[in-house]
Amino acid sequence: MSEILLETRNLTREFPFGKKDTVHAVTDVSLQIRAGETLALVGESGCGKSTLGRMMIRMLRPTSGEVFFRGTEITSLNAGAFRPLRRQMQMIFQDPYASLDPRMSVRSIIAEPLRTWKLCENRQAETERVQELMAAVGVPAEMINRYPHQLSGGQRQRVGIARAIAADPALIVCDEPVSALDVSVQNQILNLLRRLQKERNLTYLFISHDLSVVRHISDRVAVMFLGKVCETGETETVCGDPRHPYTRFLLDAAPVPDPHRRRSGERLLQGEMPSPVNVPSGCRFHTRCPFATEECAKTDPPMRMIGGRGVACHHPEKAGTCGR
Amino acid sequence: MEQKTLEISHLSVSFSSWRGTFTPVNDVSLEVRAGEIVGLVGESGCGKSMTARAVMGLIRAPGKVTGGRITLCGKDLLGLSEKEMSRLRGAELSMVFQDPMTSLNPVVPVGRQVEETILLHRQVSREEARKQAAEIFEEVGIPEAEKRIRCYPHELSGGLRQRVMIAMAMVCRPRLLIADEPTTALDVIVEAQILQLMRRMRDQGTSILFISHNLGAVAQLCDYACVMYAGQIVEQAEICTLFDHPAHPYTRGLLGAVASLHRRGETLDTIRGSVPALNRLPAGCSFAPRCDLCDERCMRETPAMTSAGAGHPVRCFHAGEEAPV
Ligand SMILES: Nc1ncnc2c1ncn2[C@@H]1O[C@H](COP(=O)(O)OP(=O)(O)OP(=O)(O)O)[C@@H](O)[C@H]1O
Ligand SMILES: Nc1ncnc2c1ncn2[C@@H]1O[C@H](COP(=O)(O)OP(=O)(O)OP(=O)(O)O)[C@@H](O)[C@H]1O
Ligand SMILES: [Mg+2]
Ligand SMILES: [Mg+2]
Repeated sequence: MSEILLETRNLTREFPFGKKDTVHAVTDVSLQIRAGETLALVGESGCGKSTLGRMMIRMLRPTSGEVFFRGTEITSLNAGAFRPLRRQMQMIFQDPYASLDPRMSVRSIIAEPLRTWKLCENRQAETERVQELMAAVGVPAEMINRYPHQLSGGQRQRVGIARAIAADPALIVCDEPVSALDVSVQNQILNLLRRLQKERNLTYLFISHDLSVVRHISDRVAVMFLGKVCETGETETVCGDPRHPYTRFLLDAAPVPDPHRRRSGERLLQGEMPSPVNVPSGCRFHTRCPFATEECAKTDPPMRMIGGRGVACHHPEKAGTCGR
Repeated sequence: MEQKTLEISHLSVSFSSWRGTFTPVNDVSLEVRAGEIVGLVGESGCGKSMTARAVMGLIRAPGKVTGGRITLCGKDLLGLSEKEMSRLRGAELSMVFQDPMTSLNPVVPVGRQVEETILLHRQVSREEARKQAAEIFEEVGIPEAEKRIRCYPHELSGGLRQRVMIAMAMVCRPRLLIADEPTTALDVIVEAQILQLMRRMRDQGTSILFISHNLGAVAQLCDYACVMYAGQIVEQAEICTLFDHPAHPYTRGLLGAVASLHRRGETLDTIRGSVPALNRLPAGCSFAPRCDLCDERCMRETPAMTSAGAGHPVRCFHAGEEAPV
């Protein structure tokens, strides 16, 4: 097995809310990512995926907990000591339009990290490197002087990827990189991400709420509910035979592109996500869980190894019977 | 004869400016029968929303309906004055827009906005309107409705905002609801709940034109679907026929791309190239440059609608042919 590239221990982030309340965005998350693999982070909108991803690459300070990158704890490093590691970590965003500066040309967007890290001797070398990167992500060479608004959504996402790989990082946090794209473009970008991963030995944290995308791209998956990881393990183990009822509901909710296999309503998770300001007692899923017992309302289930994956549930044997 | 709620025939919408003319809706025909949910699918920019806006009478200059007919339960919509049209909108004909944040008033509580819609179309007291607003909130599944009615749009989650939009669109029990990508901004669980709600609305007698680029949602919800490419409908059929026997190479490409995601495998299927800009459409069939079946005729002539079977029109010279390997 390859080395552990990044590890979080008891990572927690809170935001103040109003005068006296607190948003519990991420609570006590401990995860490992191995070099060269893709770890997917899935869960409903607002469950804390982006907050966790940003803390992992020190774009956001945790309230408590630690992040180790190749064995070095990075949240406590001073800016000077962190700087060489900064280059190792990049991010790709959901909305390439909002993340690319509208006043910068494709050339300057991709060249920016090359300049920051002084990776090119002169302008000639820089131009060549930008052209190489454009070719690697499949943006036609003649678009080098265009601006973001003159590109299609797929092309913008490719430019964002070129910028992310420019300084040869080890880890890329991909925050819903294909959620805004049409399926044929989505597939092109997913193929591109996979090819780049092989060629450059990249490690991905891949954030998504689309489980069919996650099943395709990731080696391991962590399912989050309201700031906590509720199930984690090999993607096929977790998605093929989920043990947390919430994972089961997520899998069942995804619309199957087959009119002969219509899902009926009774397997639908009802109600809303509880507020991260007033987190339910005990297991935070208990207010929506069809199997909740008194114990679930009282004690928060610890993460346990069951059937080859970690699951935080008092009744993991029940997930298999969900809505069946 | 089955009753047609909506009938669009040979509709065209064009935009003219000094840069030239382009036609985001080009000879579009489709119908929604009573009690049906019809899907309109296609990739970003193909003209789905523009078709919907034409039905709602919301095309603004420099855009213009340049041809065709639109009827709602037999009534000709294009012949109506703006005043008559606005009386229809929200009452017999409603639309849920792609982005609820831009179509809700940010400074008015959501319950109040629904009340206003009721007062506009029905001769009822403020008191009665408030009661009906509370009822429809319950009906679309907004929990703690009495409390939520007093919230401003930004205080609600994306899923709840979309329910408010649906409540507002449904409160006068329209004949036709146009839902323009109502679930695109939502996560899978909320999406599944909204699809369920759409089915319930249909069961209560509202026909629905469901616009989406998500083939999964269309497969789960629709009775019939139309596939749009570069301003034209290229294929339409009953939902199972479309998924089992797609005849247009573009439809096949889309379905193949989705299916490959559900197979284990290294590389996903894609459609080569990209969607053409509407003001720079190729001569002949607009899909020709991306098509494996393309021949010399396809690059010269625009295909007309032909039949790939009963109730299964398709716009392709090579409909149903297998791609050469
Ligand atoms: N800067 C902030 N200030 C206050 N609250 C925040 C801030 N950033 C995030 N939150 C809150 O923290 C919670 C988690 O947000 P986050 O963006 O991490 O969720 P997410 O899983 O990425 O959701 P989505 O799928 O919608 O992107 C949410 O309730 C959000 O409102
Ligand atoms: N006000 C406008 N003036 C000029 N062109 C417009 C205007 N609104 C839209 N268009 C163009 O018309 C075409 C069709 O747009 P439309 O919004 O109908 O696409 P769509 O199929 O709904 O796409 P999406 O899935 O992105 O919502 C696009 O090429 C778009 O750029
Ligand atoms: Mg996010
Ligand atoms: Mg649209």
